[in-house]
Amino acid sequence: MAGIGVAGLLLPASSMVLPIGLPDLPFHLRLDALSAFFMVLLGGAAFGITVYACGYFRNMAAGPLALLALWYHLFLAGMVTVLLADDAYAFMVAWEVMALSSYFLVTTDHKIPEIRRAGFLYLLIAHIGAVSLLLTFGVLQGGHGDYTFNTMRLSEMTPFWSSAAFLLALFGFGAKAGLVPIHVWLPEAHPAAPSPVSALMSGVMLKTAIYGLLRVTFDLLKMQLGWWGTLALALGLVTALYGVIFAAVQSDMKRLLAWSSIENIGVIIAAFGLTLIFHTDGKGALAALTLTALLYHTLNHAFFKGLLFVGTGSVLHATGERRMGRLGGLIRTMPWTAWLTLIGALAIAGLPPLNGFVSEWLLLQAFLLTPGLTQPYLNMVIPVAAATVALAAALAAYVMVKFYGVIFLGQPRDPALQHAHEASWPERLGMLWLAGACILLGLFPTLVIQWLEPVVLMLTGQRLSGISNWLLLTPVSAERASYAPLIFLAGVTAVVALTYLWVRRVYHGRVRRSEPWDCGYPEQNTRMQDSAEGFGQPIRQIFEVFMRVERETPDPFDRHPHYRGDSRDKLWLLIYQPIADLTAWLSMQAARLQHGRIQWYLIYSFVTLIFLLVFTR
Amino acid sequence: MSAGILLQVAQTLLAILLAPLLMGWVNQCRAWLQGRSAPPITQPYRSLRKLFHKDAVIAHTASPLFRFAPYMKFACMALAAGIVPTIANDLSFSPAADVIALVGIFALARVFLALAAMDIGTPFGTLGARRDMLVSFLAEPALLMVFFTASLISQSTELPIIVATLAHKAFAIHPSLAFAAVAFWMISVAENARIPVDNPSTHLELTMIHEAMILEYSARHLALIEWAGALKLFTYSALGIALFLPWGIALQGDIAALPLALAAIVAKLAVGGAALSFMEVVSAKVRLFRVPEFLGTAFLLAVLGMLIHFLLEG
Repeated sequence: MAGIGVAGLLLPASSMVLPIGLPDLPFHLRLDALSAFFMVLLGGAAFGITVYACGYFRNMAAGPLALLALWYHLFLAGMVTVLLADDAYAFMVAWEVMALSSYFLVTTDHKIPEIRRAGFLYLLIAHIGAVSLLLTFGVLQGGHGDYTFNTMRLSEMTPFWSSAAFLLALFGFGAKAGLVPIHVWLPEAHPAAPSPVSALMSGVMLKTAIYGLLRVTFDLLKMQLGWWGTLALALGLVTALYGVIFAAVQSDMKRLLAWSSIENIGVIIAAFGLTLIFHTDGKGALAALTLTALLYHTLNHAFFKGLLFVGTGSVLHATGERRMGRLGGLIRTMPWTAWLTLIGALAIAGLPPLNGFVSEWLLLQAFLLTPGLTQPYLNMVIPVAAATVALAAALAAYVMVKFYGVIFLGQPRDPALQHAHEASWPERLGMLWLAGACILLGLFPTLVIQWLEPVVLMLTGQRLSGISNWLLLTPVSAERASYAPLIFLAGVTAVVALTYLWVRRVYHGRVRRSEPWDCGYPEQNTRMQDSAEGFGQPIRQIFEVFMRVERETPDPFDRHPHYRGDSRDKLWLLIYQPIADLTAWLSMQAARLQHGRIQWYLIYSFVTLIFLLVFTR
Repeated sequence: MSAGILLQVAQTLLAILLAPLLMGWVNQCRAWLQGRSAPPITQPYRSLRKLFHKDAVIAHTASPLFRFAPYMKFACMALAAGIVPTIANDLSFSPAADVIALVGIFALARVFLALAAMDIGTPFGTLGARRDMLVSFLAEPALLMVFFTASLISQSTELPIIVATLAHKAFAIHPSLAFAAVAFWMISVAENARIPVDNPSTHLELTMIHEAMILEYSARHLALIEWAGALKLFTYSALGIALFLPWGIALQGDIAALPLALAAIVAKLAVGGAALSFMEVVSAKVRLFRVPEFLGTAFLLAVLGMLIHFLLEG
């Protein structure tokens, strides 16, 4: 699949009509630069995850395994078709295939009630989003009755209807991507699925929403308005900050990663908003820079989030435990998983010279170039936006230190963990592939950006000006900014090697092993280490306004003390609970009509008939 | 080019070698201000020498990450010292990493040390890691905002160009830079684990932040961390001088100005170090949960500086 994508970037856009589907309504498929980029993302990340899945599902019983494999491949096929679809009909069918197959994948362990609940929530919000997308396409076709994307590209629309289409698309794709406040399904559904599926959903499926948003906004809609960008920027920033704060207080490792996905989607949507702002303001080169940052981050997130999710899968297999407070010290028993996951954790924390840093760097550069904007109020907003992105990035490092430190470092919090087994070879190979991608994407940014050029050119009509040298990344000009990860890595490696050799030569390498010192405290046990809740406590204290914290602290004389602390999403209580209550109340009211007696139902039919007769006459 | 590389290597080595001297000077000033008899200014070198000669004592449970982290921290700080212009502005390594990458380098060192602190699995180690990450998640974006203000003025994120622009505009008034300078001072205090955020000479469990992370280190590993700490103080001081008081630095290709630049930086560091110790003596360490307020103020000041740039100077 990645092969097709690479070919697609080199060749001009090609299209194809498949004679399937309803009569007179064939599937139109088209592969252009944008689809091709997302195909490469899908193929690249899905390859590693699928290799990993071969090892992960090895011990599953044959029956469920066959079913799982069917849904897994339908899911992949659905995503590919979403990317290739060239008419609304094919797009929606593929979108539904994707949603339904992933629903069945989420509910693989359907005997657990929480997982059924998570699956239902996912299905519900996926369909609310899908309805919104249907409406988007309805608006886009502009009364022609022709649902191919080609007609939509040509149709003339007033600003009002364009805005309506954009808002519907933002809602529909936002529901898929996990934009706040329609994110509630994501931290429930992603952790519920088996780990390779979580990796696919977080790493790849969320990106189909980004693809759809780009496709509708920059390709299908003829005009773009500036305030769309401001809206998307604001929503993205709120999502990023919200996601990372909640990631910091999670105690379930997969839920933590799901919240971190929300943060990354927020960053991507913020970049999308900034692209729109630049694009509508006539700053084509800057729009190209921001779009490059957006695509780069999208690609990066597919790889490092995939890697982290499959890493937690191996931990889950080896220990049977998802709660971070029961893990610890796994770097000694599972060195392969631990070291490969470390690469993913450092990459997602945005540390040089790995890939997360490159896209963050590009985005911050874009923020620094804003003083040329014509609207003065935007100039006021943008510094605050840049500060928010920087804050989210710094918090992401906090989250990753917590994630990695509590799971893999320290001492095992449970004696059984000392017998945890290392991941199998296919699992290791899958992780190696993803980690390798994180490193290469970090070290060769100029090559990646040159390769992104057709996509950027297609969407903004501009290309980046400054790229000249494969070693030095200079998005605008060498005087403006530059970054050379290879030289950076060489510098770090050289200093580490020189220091090591010098210390060894001039002094000695003698080491004595002993018990940990710990300031001389004699009593130590493994439960005295920070638990996941403990590590997140400062963040909870600072950002308590966003969450509802439930605490159970025992009496000091309690012989069997039980501590519990839980931080819940306040938005759930503010928005979703009233809607759910209202729905339940309405259903109760409607239930009054139901008496279970045939006479009443006959009267209902009769009244309806009379009404219709009066109405249609 | 070769002169640039020579200058680069010379400046980095000079920074590495002289950094403990600055630490010694700060300690000496502090002792004087507190009315104690001061240790000699070369005391940090003696401590380093002593530590390098000792046998390393490492816990049974330590993983390779624990032994690697000090080297990583030292390498990051050396690179940072290589990027920041101290004497000359013409550095051949600087295109490899701009100010955003500089923030990234500091973050890399910090994350490695925090992970190493969690590696042994002692309660103090994790406590230190948590507190240090708490300080940094507020200090890091604030630092970035300070850099943003400077780079908005100079239209570049390259340190040599920022410094050259600011040095040329020596007496132009930039209100935004005043805000940035105050914010930068607060951030430097926090990042270098000085009073009022952290106390470098305490081992009291309630108050220590940075020291709690490195409790388990000994001998050469501890020496490298201490040295890297001194280098970090030096780099931050040099950075502050380069951004806010750049006068006297040798600009591009100006070899003759080097001796003067050296004298200027030594004088500025001496004054800066004395000011730091004075601030430490007159203030008390704040409670841990007041630290976010302190850093939040720094963050807001930095953002305000940026806003003011847009309002008044844009």
